[in-house]
Amino acid sequence: MMDTTKCELLVIGAGPAGLAAAAAAAQAGLDVMLLDEQAAPGGQIYRAVTTTPVTDRRVLGDDYWHGATLVQPFLQSGARYQPQATVWAVSRMTAAAPDDGFEVAYSVAGEARMLVARHLLLATGAQERPFPIPGWTLPGVMTAGAAQILLKSGGLVSSGRTVLAGCGPLLYLLAWQYLNAGARIDALLETAPAGQWLRALPHAPGFLASGYLGKGLKLLRKVRAAVPVTRAVADLRALGGERLEGVRYTAGGKARELPTDYLLLHQGVVPNVNLARAIGVEHAWNDALDCWEPVTDAWGGTSVAGVGMAGDGAGIAGALAAEHRGRLAALQAAHLLGRLSAGQRDRAAAGPRAALARAVRGRAFFDALYRAPRAYLRPVGDTIVCRCEEVTADQVRQTVKLGCTGPNQMKSFLRCGMGPCQGRFCGLTVSELIAEEQGMHPKDVGYYRLRFPTKPLTLGELAALPQTDASRQAVVRLKK
Amino acid sequence: MANEQAVRVPAPRHRGVYDAVVVGGGLVGAAVAYGLRRELEHVAVLDEGDVAYRASRGNFGLVWVQSKGMGLPRYGVWTMASAGLWPRLAAELLDKTGVDVRLEQRGGLHVLLSDEEQEARVRFMTGLLAQPGMSSYEWKLLDRHQLADLVPGIGPDVRGATWTPVDGIANPLKLLRALHMAFARDGVDYLPRRAAQAIQRVDDTFEIATAQGPVRGRKLVLAAGLGNRALGEHVGLSIPVRPQRGQIIALERTRRVLQTPMSTLRQMDEGTWLIGDSQEEAGYADSAVGLPILGTLADRAVRTLPALRDVRVVRSWAALRVMSQDGFPIYEQSATCPGAYVATCHSGVTLAAAHALKLAPMIAAGALDDDMAPFSTRRFHVQEA
Amino acid sequence: MFKRLDPAARLAQAEPVRITVNGDTVACRAGDSVAAALFASGIDACRDTAVNEVPRGPYCMMGVCYDCLVTIDGQPNRQACMTPVREGMNIERQLGARKVQA
Repeated sequence: MMDTTKCELLVIGAGPAGLAAAAAAAQAGLDVMLLDEQAAPGGQIYRAVTTTPVTDRRVLGDDYWHGATLVQPFLQSGARYQPQATVWAVSRMTAAAPDDGFEVAYSVAGEARMLVARHLLLATGAQERPFPIPGWTLPGVMTAGAAQILLKSGGLVSSGRTVLAGCGPLLYLLAWQYLNAGARIDALLETAPAGQWLRALPHAPGFLASGYLGKGLKLLRKVRAAVPVTRAVADLRALGGERLEGVRYTAGGKARELPTDYLLLHQGVVPNVNLARAIGVEHAWNDALDCWEPVTDAWGGTSVAGVGMAGDGAGIAGALAAEHRGRLAALQAAHLLGRLSAGQRDRAAAGPRAALARAVRGRAFFDALYRAPRAYLRPVGDTIVCRCEEVTADQVRQTVKLGCTGPNQMKSFLRCGMGPCQGRFCGLTVSELIAEEQGMHPKDVGYYRLRFPTKPLTLGELAALPQTDASRQAVVRLKK
Repeated sequence: MANEQAVRVPAPRHRGVYDAVVVGGGLVGAAVAYGLRRELEHVAVLDEGDVAYRASRGNFGLVWVQSKGMGLPRYGVWTMASAGLWPRLAAELLDKTGVDVRLEQRGGLHVLLSDEEQEARVRFMTGLLAQPGMSSYEWKLLDRHQLADLVPGIGPDVRGATWTPVDGIANPLKLLRALHMAFARDGVDYLPRRAAQAIQRVDDTFEIATAQGPVRGRKLVLAAGLGNRALGEHVGLSIPVRPQRGQIIALERTRRVLQTPMSTLRQMDEGTWLIGDSQEEAGYADSAVGLPILGTLADRAVRTLPALRDVRVVRSWAALRVMSQDGFPIYEQSATCPGAYVATCHSGVTLAAAHALKLAPMIAAGALDDDMAPFSTRRFHVQEA
Repeated sequence: MFKRLDPAARLAQAEPVRITVNGDTVACRAGDSVAAALFASGIDACRDTAVNEVPRGPYCMMGVCYDCLVTIDGQPNRQACMTPVREGMNIERQLGARKVQA
């Protein structure tokens, strides 16, 4: 039968938000449990920060190593920690004690377990935005984040011809880290259209006053000096039969082709919304960032009582903002659970709030500068949209013309979103395509309705869930 | 939530009065509209937006005869007729649209996991088929041994199953898609995001008010599932339907293994598996997924076919069945507003052929056949009396 | 091909973990995910898809894309990027939809 534990605050995710939140909450006297999917803390931005074989700090850089300063306080805070735990369902405790909070079902090493928590803090982070170009499913094509994870967790760099493509600071950060490691980069293809910087200009003052400017310029300078950078790349496509062989694109009015072994794609990150949506957290469209994000208050509180969110999963704002938001959410949890008065909470929050303000200054500039070009959000033709079910852009567009006007109907018609990734890599694209074909705004198109399990698990694990008389009656109906 | 003002709705192709307007674009409405178009020139289907209750999303895809009609033998006959017409519907859709809805009618099983279940089942099936006026078909109680021939790897907990040769399956999503493609080909006006708000009788036509303006038809078919209740009142029909929640578990694709479907476990043509079926009176909560029920569903599935133990659950559904008081369909023409009909059931796939090829022609001709009388709501008043 | 930076290569040599990949013995480093071990041994494609049987490799390395599915110790559809290597582990490329084991 199932192993059940209780806690006051369950934190899901061991990235900067989760680590800072769990530590702060435990320090405030709460009984805290942190569940995280990975084998070691750090989330994705600080992936493998306690285990990386790349110990020369100059390679990954100071920003990465800052993550290590979050781990010790967490491990010493008294919070319980379960790594390699995948949360797949959350439900409110039924009947008897609604104040008791939530039942959380999760799996460790293929075994299902249950946890009861009075309050939840989702620090589930972000994922790469889908980047659907022709050929993006070929072996040899991966996200820039994937290459970064291979570097951080395995000390691995590509040894063949390597091209980076897309937009966003992560692309340049990875290039910089690769150069620091002495690895090879043949080209960096920027997809931001010409003149994007003009659109970003109104936000420049904030950026100039932030800490990002100095760091950013140094990094850019080193990369530009060592890597051929091509601007305003259009019609990017990956070529190859059984695996990637080259890339084709248009730049400066000319079509070009580059042979390559690896293509590392990146066009920003978006919140990983699946767990929050399945729990029923209300989401809103962020127009500057072309993605859905949870609606939260100043403490990370959501539309669902007892559920708070922090970090990039609550809205993309970077690693430093994540840690400060984590602390604020933890203080709020401590207040809601009776450990801190409102006054105590507010006083303790002053520092994190000021730090948060500093951390988000300048981000609007980045967001505008690195906005993913529409053409790369709205593919055409044979380009795969749903990687799991192998549904193409053309199929989606044709189905809209049949009268299908929403992503959930689209799912029923084409099976897109029904695969194991549960829409993580096709949801935004499907919504954008429907928007384009219908002349609508993505915010009015909506998104997939997401349900548990948030991550696939075996039928055997699900079968271990405790049953009730009511559940048996609902299923085994002996007909009279 | 979607902002209805900001959406662009496709304009109807036909201006003026439709020969028939079907309210509801799910499996019932789509099948009826398809059938109507074979008889009538201008047909429209009004549908809601993307996030509507949509019972069709929770569909298992059974074309099932076994178990139907206890207490209303006419329903058993209607179901049998539909199963008999299904190959014709499937062939027509393939021909018109190129979509193969993957009909398989090789028989079906109702699996029994305890002696108690087995005894109850045998009593039930015997009583079912003994009803006067009931359709007749072959059925057998299979023991473990015989069942293992049909379903290799059947679990040790399984006592046996009842089997009939007339049961089958289809792919419900492909069916819906095929019907919609047939609309495009045949010129049925499918009008999404047009929820029917009110219905008025104006001379000989029905005027359906929607946010995008009125839609008019000489005939009206209410196939709006749970929405029928409110809409029926506008046309003198009292349609007592209520939601009954059902949950389904979907497993990842595997190589095709299960050739004989069970009422609670089937494998789709493309290799995914569906596990059902639960029944709860849970009001309109179609988004909440009950964990204990998932546990029970999963447990029974694993006991039925232990090899599924390590196959992954990729998603679960909770959808609201449209349930009448006695669980049987309601087909009726309004006495006070002739020309207005209701069609509702909770077996949209099984009855799709009957809806398209028998019910729709009756509606087109202006009256339901006499032997459809048992399906009218008058039966509820009789029961009360 | 992915190659190891020197410090990582030294660790891989000092604490090697031996796994079998499609019948061949592959040496990797304790702490590698199966996906990392595959890349390090020159394998970029780990399966043929269930729908159209076309080759795929790991895409996101963080457990959300479900493209890195391999059969590990006889169990199909396991995410290579989320599974740490273990001495004696047996990895097999998946060809199309998985089987249901009897």
